[in-house]
Amino acid sequence: MTVTETLAFSDEAMKKYEWLLSRYPTRKAALLPTLRIAESEFGELGVPQMKYVADLMEIPPATVFGVVTFYTHYRRAGVGKYHLQVCSTLSCALRGSGDVVSRVTERLGIGVGETSECGLFTLSKVECLGSCDTAPVIQCNDDYHEGLSLEDVDALIEQLRQEAGKGGA
Amino acid sequence: MSFRKIFTPYIHEDKCHSLKFYQSKGGYEQARKALNDWQPDDLIETVKAANLRGRGGAGFPTGVKWGFVPKQVDKPKYLAVNADESEPGTFKDRLIMEKNPHLLLEGIIICCKAVGIHHAYIYIRGEFVFGANRLQNAIDRAYSEGILGENCLGSDFKLDVTVHRGAGAYICGEETGMLTSIEGDRGQPKLKPPFPAVEGLFGCPTVVNNVETLANLPYILEIGAEEYRKIGPENSPGPKLFCVSGHVEKPGVFELPMGVSLRTLIDEHAGGVWKGRKLKAVIPGGSSAHVLTADECDVAMDIESLAAAGTMLGSAGVIVMDETTCMVDALLNIMRFYHHESCGQCTPCREGTGWLEKIAHRIAVGGGRIEDLDLVTEVCDRMVGKTICALADAAAFPAESIVKKFREDFVAAIENGGSPAWVKRHPANTGGAAAHV
Ligand SMILES: Cc1cc2nc3c(=O)[nH]c(=O)nc-3n(C[C@H](O)[C@H](O)[C@H](O)COP(=O)(O)O)c2cc1C
Ligand code: SF4
Ligand code: FES
Repeated sequence: MTVTETLAFSDEAMKKYEWLLSRYPTRKAALLPTLRIAESEFGELGVPQMKYVADLMEIPPATVFGVVTFYTHYRRAGVGKYHLQVCSTLSCALRGSGDVVSRVTERLGIGVGETSECGLFTLSKVECLGSCDTAPVIQCNDDYHEGLSLEDVDALIEQLRQEAGKGGA
Repeated sequence: MSFRKIFTPYIHEDKCHSLKFYQSKGGYEQARKALNDWQPDDLIETVKAANLRGRGGAGFPTGVKWGFVPKQVDKPKYLAVNADESEPGTFKDRLIMEKNPHLLLEGIIICCKAVGIHHAYIYIRGEFVFGANRLQNAIDRAYSEGILGENCLGSDFKLDVTVHRGAGAYICGEETGMLTSIEGDRGQPKLKPPFPAVEGLFGCPTVVNNVETLANLPYILEIGAEEYRKIGPENSPGPKLFCVSGHVEKPGVFELPMGVSLRTLIDEHAGGVWKGRKLKAVIPGGSSAHVLTADECDVAMDIESLAAAGTMLGSAGVIVMDETTCMVDALLNIMRFYHHESCGQCTPCREGTGWLEKIAHRIAVGGGRIEDLDLVTEVCDRMVGKTICALADAAAFPAESIVKKFREDFVAAIENGGSPAWVKRHPANTGGAAAHV
């Protein structure tokens, strides 16, 4: 059996998907939000997950791949449990986002775009997060961590490690 | 009339985002009147008379835009609310959605009644997970209280509102890119005309308005067009959210009348340049605007005054840089952004943003040539006004103005083997080989 065949939305996710379809005059318009459902159901959007969505929505797989890769914020395959996205645009750069990136690199031994060996952390540089007044900012998965000092960065990493140790999300 | 805040007066109160709180302050009364007492055309005329101008960046008169939507069509019409907020230096719509979501919904109702729209999509950038949840909760409450749905606020008007989350792409803030993205595609802009008002979402007439623009509407109905026009300069009136970030003591969002002086905004409201340092440069309207030098900051923050000063109000994202900032590094940062965000459809934009980043990079790392400065201007000339959307202009404006107004920083970096930060990190590498990138 292939991976694709084993993937399926839960009943709850399927309900949500059907509700989504009712909100748009075309099926395709539900693609972006359906990819969000897939992301949270399957944990990541790799090729099998994209293929699943394509089949479900009767949209050519190439179209779905094209859409997913156009955007930067979907959770792609291979990303660690915690995706540390450091804003590196001007306002954050002016207030030390470069040092934040260096600190994460030092503490985790990974470069930008890399995932730690334990699989817990991926480090990315991202563009303006719309939170420039609280620069520097890291978005970790869905959450913003704002106004970070280097000590705050250490504390965040420590807190995430403990959370993971407890089996928390 | 003394200035009254309309977006932010209660943001420090615990439950300010709740329906109960909003209604306790008179919330939804203007929407109720719009739905039950106003004729659509009168609403449009009032918004025209108030001279409300778009807060998303272009400053287009809102009532005029609504007037472009054909009255008699056999297709549905849509409202697409621009909550993409991706212009660097901008973080105001987020505040409205997180702290005052019902104000946005009330504005949406008024707009939809005026134009005859029965479905609004709110396009919110994917990163704003908290904001999207806040909005969705507010919408759910509004449905369950009969504010949205089949009979909005006891009228015979039907209105649905759907939150549509983006997924990380600056270009989806551009209106046609946003519509393409709602339709489920890669968010690539489309050539205008046709304008969205005539042929937009799903091929139907569509109003595109920014969050803050719509959030003005209840207040306009409350005080009337004439009083509204007295707030700030007549040509671009109204209360306004100004974002200040970068090298200031107190970065934040400040609600003030249009036309406040940029100097006052920085020195008084944002606490002045940080660490007692001197001001060097300010970008007044999000990173797409022409840069101002410290001497040019005695300017009123409104659409006409900033245009006269050779820059723009844009999204009112004020980015402040102190005397220690190297403008070569600033340019490199901004150009990396635009190169990364170009959707790649138009050659002048795809190639031009890449060139600009490359030139800034090689100057920053010690491989620059003095001819590069003219090259920047030349590349910019080939970008402005020659593309499908304004992203190319948005990259060219800061580039040409930074190089022109801060030429000495560039000359120094070319002569000294790179920007000060680079030279500090690579003392042995002056004029280095790594420069050929
Ligand atoms: C590259 C680019 C990015 C834009 N980003 C945004 C944005 O994030 N938010 C926004 O409201 N408008 C943005 N705009 C402006 C929109 O295209 C459009 O003018 C605006 O949403 C219209 O609403 P308004 O008239 O209420 O301002 C952008 C424009 C361009 C060219
Ligand atoms: S100007 Fe740039 S971002 Fe806009 S459509 Fe052309 S390539 Fe895309
Ligand atoms: S520049 Fe980092 S949040 Fe805007």
